[in-house]
Amino acid sequence: MKRIELTNITKRYPGAIANSAVGISVDAGEIHALLGENGAGKSTLMKIIYGVVKPDEGEMYWEGERVQVRGASHARELGIGMVFQHFSLFETLTVTENIALSLPKSDVVSMESLKQRIEEVSTRYGMKLDPNRYVHTLSIGEQQRVEIVRCLLQDVKLLILDEPTSVLTPQEVDTLFKTLRKLASEGCSILFISHKLDEVRALCDNATILRGGKVSGDCVPRETTTDEIARLMVGNDTPLSEEYKKALGQEVFLRIKALSFQSDDPFSTTLKDISLQVKSGEIMGVAGVAGNGQEELLNLISGEEVCDASAVTFAGEAVGNLGPRQRRELGLGFVPEERLGRGAVPDMSLANNALLTAYHGDLVDSGWINSHKVKSFAAQIIEQFKVKAAGIDAQAKSLSGGNLQKYIIGREIIQAPKLLVCSHPTWGVDIGAAILIRHALIALRDQGAAILVVSEDIDELYSISDRICAICDGELSPVDEMKNVSINQLGKWMAGDFSPLTNQAVGV
Amino acid sequence: MDIELITNILFATIRTGTPLLLIALGEMVCEKSGVLNLGQEGMVLMGAVVGFMASVITGNLGMGIIAAVLAGALMSLLFGFLAISLVANQVATGLALTIFGTGLSAFLGASYVGVGIEGITAWHLPLVSEIPVIGKIFFSHDPLVYLSWVLFGLVYWCFKRTRLGLTIRSVGENPEAANAIGLSVLQIRYLAVMFGGAMAGLAGGYLSLAYTPLWTEGMSAGRGWIALALVVFASWKAERIMLGAYLFGAASIMHLVLQGLGFEASPNLLAMLPYGATIIVLMVLANDAIKAKLSTPLALGQPYRPQL
Repeated sequence: MKRIELTNITKRYPGAIANSAVGISVDAGEIHALLGENGAGKSTLMKIIYGVVKPDEGEMYWEGERVQVRGASHARELGIGMVFQHFSLFETLTVTENIALSLPKSDVVSMESLKQRIEEVSTRYGMKLDPNRYVHTLSIGEQQRVEIVRCLLQDVKLLILDEPTSVLTPQEVDTLFKTLRKLASEGCSILFISHKLDEVRALCDNATILRGGKVSGDCVPRETTTDEIARLMVGNDTPLSEEYKKALGQEVFLRIKALSFQSDDPFSTTLKDISLQVKSGEIMGVAGVAGNGQEELLNLISGEEVCDASAVTFAGEAVGNLGPRQRRELGLGFVPEERLGRGAVPDMSLANNALLTAYHGDLVDSGWINSHKVKSFAAQIIEQFKVKAAGIDAQAKSLSGGNLQKYIIGREIIQAPKLLVCSHPTWGVDIGAAILIRHALIALRDQGAAILVVSEDIDELYSISDRICAICDGELSPVDEMKNVSINQLGKWMAGDFSPLTNQAVGV
Repeated sequence: MDIELITNILFATIRTGTPLLLIALGEMVCEKSGVLNLGQEGMVLMGAVVGFMASVITGNLGMGIIAAVLAGALMSLLFGFLAISLVANQVATGLALTIFGTGLSAFLGASYVGVGIEGITAWHLPLVSEIPVIGKIFFSHDPLVYLSWVLFGLVYWCFKRTRLGLTIRSVGENPEAANAIGLSVLQIRYLAVMFGGAMAGLAGGYLSLAYTPLWTEGMSAGRGWIALALVVFASWKAERIMLGAYLFGAASIMHLVLQGLGFEASPNLLAMLPYGATIIVLMVLANDAIKAKLSTPLALGQPYRPQL
């Protein structure tokens, strides 16, 4: 029997059609993938099912009957559970309190009995959880478990997961898949949203692929090659992947020596005895699940946080106590994770945003801004990095995430930094833009710049890094050349196990 | 100082701290839901003048109190409509409410200045008020003081133990998430704002009907502002608000006592004592960064727009 069926769903926003005549159906006990690039309309479709967004046209059938979902609580009454990409959890409450809030009042007899139910369910599905912990003390993977357990406690019949693996280590992904398979074997339907094709092929029974708001194809992932599915996602104009030569690098440019650091922010990670060297002419990749100290480490390299002068050196010069501006003058380029607000000022024009970090070139002459040069510099970035924007006067916030990222990375690269530090360079960026960005990073490396890339995207790190390491709970794993680090080894590093693999598997 | 003087000081401390306790508890609930209402001063004044007028007209103090509570709640409803439904800037709307309340209360109460009434009288609780010293300090007050303790207990219990408390906190921490799990953010915020208004109105009624039974323009004397600061420095915790309110009461009394004892200092400097002492003590208490961050409503002051 069909658990849910949507036919002919259309949703228009001013200036864009998010969904155009989309149809999808999921059987009981089926794991169904919904694939697509950013902006393909996946999220809108999910929100329509969950009742958060109302479609302009189209019908939805739930277990054979036509329904109109009035909102999140109605969806949950029907038996639809959703795990958002950005969790809807309250950090200052405990696990039990968080779950209690989302259950119907009549379901929460006492906190004690709820705690027991949480422990039962989490053990049964292999997701260990301590009901008494505060959510802000949990890792991202554990927070996701809270979301899933919360759905399971409500006898969920359809579980929607929005890019659930993007925040997990490979081992955590395995655990999650086991849980999902067990759930499906008990008759629960699962709608799995992703753009990671390998995972979809490993887990899902069927897949619906969206492109530009329309269904571009349906397939059985196990019987379809990754390339075929990727074609359906991106269309025919974009190359799918590129291979890059590995480089060895020359002299060490960035040297971090025995750096320990504790920030004043109680929610931050303490860095423990970190040592790392990045050579000119190489790309160093730092893998790790977000929140393990990447932010703190990057702040110390960019100069937003300061430490002992000698703990951080650029080409032998101690810079640990210098601010961002002085470090930039010594050749640093920095691309932060947050594009709006840190990489760019949302309300300012692209031209002014170019000036934000390019002030020490000839754009500024003894305090006076040469606006003519600023404009041509901005135009150069737009042209060279194929930024889709209304022009150099467009506000930064009017650009899509991928285009703004191209602009920010372009701004740094054109200044020819000696050291470029990039946080999540292609996070939330579609395949075409991601390839352009990776290409530019490789080109900069070949010009002799030292590059440090922090990313959660393991495929990306494998593709561009020359050497790699991982960060976990403020500690850095050993560093090795990419070709010596297997995916299993990297996964162990990301989980904080820095011992060498017993069964030495070489290669990817 | 003899025991009688100390008893009297402590008795007066509680009386003086009560309006502050009421306002601050109301504002705490309001802020816990993520709404910053800077209109306390205006709502207190409206409560004071409407309560006073109602009891003069009806000759019934109980009616006066009810009218004061309603006046405060109505004022906050106006704020809620602008700041929650119309998503106006909360700071500007709150400031406007204070200015509006100050002006309107002066206008309404113009002909009531100098009118005298018999204020709410003390209610000596049977048996316990007979206990020496303690009975005089704690159990010889007017009914509104006892009511403030009941309300304190309710608010404390609500945030410690109940689902309602969790709901209010969740709306104030992450309204988007609260909406996603099916809570009605706007409804909860409205109720919290109106609770804050009712409490401010009640405090106004206490001032004009019990504390000093008369009406004068601007008689709240900045208590609304002090209460706002109190909520922040008390890290949004009811028990610390109570401590801060009574500390303020004690310091206010002490500066009168010190003057009475012929203490050699400018009376203006002494009059600063309650403000300074309260804030310093609470700042020291709030010095634990982790706890402070955990109790702060993260979405405070941020308007919430439901998704289309």
